Amino acid sequence: MPLAIEMKKITKKFPGVMANDKVNFNVEKGEIHSLLGENGAGKTTLMNVLFGLYKPEDGEIFLEGEKVNIKSPKQALEKGLGMVHQHFMLVNRMTVLENIILGMSNELALNKKEHKRSINELAEKYDFAINIDEKIENLSVGMKQRVEILKTLYRGAEIIIFDEPTAVLTPGEVEELYNILNMLREQGKTVIFITHKLNETMEIADRITVLRNGKKVSTEKKENTNTNKLAQLMVGREVDFEVDIKEKDPGNEILKIKNLELLSDRSETIDLSVHQGEIVGVAGVEGNGQLELEEMIMGLKKVETGHISLSNKEITNTSTKERKKMRIAYIPSDRHNRAVFKNFTIKENILLGYHYKSPFCKNHIIQEEKLREHSEKIISDYNVKTPNSGQLLKNLSGGNQQKVVLGREVSQKPEFVLAAQPTRGLDIGAIEYIHNLLLDLREDNKGILLISADLNEVIKLSDRIAVLYEGKIMAFKDKKNFTRNEIGMLMAGEMVENEV
Amino acid sequence: MKFKDIIGGISRSESVKDVYISLFSILLALIIGAFLIFLIGSSPLQAFTVMFDGAFGSVSNIANTLTKTIPLIFTGLAVAVAFRCGLFNIGAEGQLYLGAFFSVLTALKFSFLPAFILLPVAILGGIISGMIWGGIPGFLKAQFGTHEVVVTVMMNYIGINITSYLVNYPFKAEGWVAQTDIIPTAAILPKLIPKTQLSAGLIVAVIAALAVYFLLWKTDIGYEIRAVGENPTTAESGGINIKKNISLAMAISGGLAALAGVTQSLGVYERFIDGFSPGYGFTGIAVAVLGRNHPLGVILTALLFGALETGALKMDRVTEISNDLVIVIQGLVILFVAAPEIIRSILKRRESQ
Repeated sequence: MPLAIEMKKITKKFPGVMANDKVNFNVEKGEIHSLLGENGAGKTTLMNVLFGLYKPEDGEIFLEGEKVNIKSPKQALEKGLGMVHQHFMLVNRMTVLENIILGMSNELALNKKEHKRSINELAEKYDFAINIDEKIENLSVGMKQRVEILKTLYRGAEIIIFDEPTAVLTPGEVEELYNILNMLREQGKTVIFITHKLNETMEIADRITVLRNGKKVSTEKKENTNTNKLAQLMVGREVDFEVDIKEKDPGNEILKIKNLELLSDRSETIDLSVHQGEIVGVAGVEGNGQLELEEMIMGLKKVETGHISLSNKEITNTSTKERKKMRIAYIPSDRHNRAVFKNFTIKENILLGYHYKSPFCKNHIIQEEKLREHSEKIISDYNVKTPNSGQLLKNLSGGNQQKVVLGREVSQKPEFVLAAQPTRGLDIGAIEYIHNLLLDLREDNKGILLISADLNEVIKLSDRIAVLYEGKIMAFKDKKNFTRNEIGMLMAGEMVENEV
Repeated sequence: MKFKDIIGGISRSESVKDVYISLFSILLALIIGAFLIFLIGSSPLQAFTVMFDGAFGSVSNIANTLTKTIPLIFTGLAVAVAFRCGLFNIGAEGQLYLGAFFSVLTALKFSFLPAFILLPVAILGGIISGMIWGGIPGFLKAQFGTHEVVVTVMMNYIGINITSYLVNYPFKAEGWVAQTDIIPTAAILPKLIPKTQLSAGLIVAVIAALAVYFLLWKTDIGYEIRAVGENPTTAESGGINIKKNISLAMAISGGLAALAGVTQSLGVYERFIDGFSPGYGFTGIAVAVLGRNHPLGVILTALLFGALETGALKMDRVTEISNDLVIVIQGLVILFVAAPEIIRSILKRRESQ
């Protein structure tokens, strides 16, 4: 097979980080090649180098055997490279057609008809059921992604790079995407598929290149590998997919929720309790009251009906600050909008919530040295990859940002931990780390409420499970009294008719 | 402390980049200014030499430059503090009028106080009135969600016209001019250099800048203000009261803006004069933007603007170039700073070559 792309000894440095270290990366013409690695492994950097967004310190790039020096995404496009970003680059108020031709026309008068005809042809060729006169804002996420694909194809892309394309899709849409990818391959296009998900890789890729810490670890044919091997290559060690959770008698009740109305348009209320030394998992499809539950427990959303108490003290109407004083550790589901300050340093992020308290603050003056020591300790204890605590938070990968959040919350010796979607968007290494941390907290007799849309996670970690559907708890009992199937059905709102 | 540490209240690398962007904008504006002078048919070199001489050529020139710098430091700081909390205070102009008037009024009404107390009390009177005037839009935003830009703009008119009324009718001194009586000597800010207009207001300005720096980056109060500005929802989930901090930041901002009027009235005019400000409050927005909302940046930018203005006066006298050119240059500087993408793309292109 001829090579579509050959990247030789690509080296790209960022301050304090070797993002790509002499990476060799080959893609054959007409294959689906998965670029696999944890967050921060250097996948995106490598693709940005290919696209001319970054200039590497060292290395050469060949396209179809010819040495190239791509300086900008525009040049990349001219050379037949297209990219489908994780976050779509589409104008919502414009139609599909307008988005596709946006910025590519050099004609004085725009020949929309001609464009429309050829785009429709193209869409038909790839079996995209899409109305190109529809406005983007009326399309589903999966459809928007198709528009992006169509956009690259219409611009003549021969090699299409997908950056974590499934992150935003529903399971059904993922299936459809796979079909499209296969179709692209059939038509002779070359596909690069950036991901950190092993199952996807094994499902769709012909060959797989694994990156770890900026270095290429290996390139494997799919036939010669499996998820376990890949996981090991990615993380650099054995990964536990299963954990043994020790039996443990729960202690006193720490969180008690009574008659709480989560969704105001339905007159449903919930009861929930968490004891010391247990993990209570809230399973359910997102949007069924999880966010409301989380925010009501933290005092970020007003409680209309019902009561919440912590350690036998009613907190229903107290401020967030008061609640935090009662030793709640809070890991918000929306990291960007609830947990971190991107343009602040790591130190300043660790200060949040404790900024007015001793030892970090005395007489309103922030104790820099204490804060720095504490932050450096969190960085080393929680294995945060960064040169020092003075770095900006936005320079960390998602997993490392989450570790900073965990470090901040857990290092203050909480009694109760509210962990909402704690591993969403993170890679295996970070997920494993966070799971172990939650289990350690349980071992340490803390009460933990885990709200997660990831059913595997809930089943793996919880002692008791509550299934949330449309603001109502469908069932709340010990994990061992549930079957997986049962939880699945309850999540979809179907009552299960068996023992009461 | 290293230079980088001083400018980098929050982040080192980012603020270094900010400094480059500001410096580059200034440079670019000067180059275009030079080109315009060339087009008029004059010598840019001569014009700039004359300007520099006008701004820094003698002790009295330097004093004039610094005098013009003082109010801009205060209004720049005012806008910067609000901005750090995510608020846009367009109301510095109204706040400085209120501050000026009430400091003068305090000085006049409390003239019986011992000399060493009268000056601080007069300054305080001005600060408090500015804090109230700035705090109102903050409070309204916190409680009812009214937009602070709209409210501060409206309150500019109210502030300017209320003080204008007061000085035209109830508190008008004898004579043709709409101004108050002259304040007691004890309430006058002492001159730093005799026979110039440069007063101890400069010291107050530098102290204010230091205080703002200390408040924002070294205390929990400032941390909360910045946290709300950076990401209000994250701040909220960390137990920070958003409403309180919005009101507080606007009040502090108003107090700082008031000091611009206070130092002008107590240090330069020695009374309140109707319509004395040539728009210090609005120029303060530009100063804060170019100074990247950092106290040190604000001081340096205010100095630059002060120097440009005094320099322009001399240029206007000596050469055939109008001092309006300086306004053009100021405008260009702001344009380039306000459109940092232009600068960024130019800098980036150079980097990649």
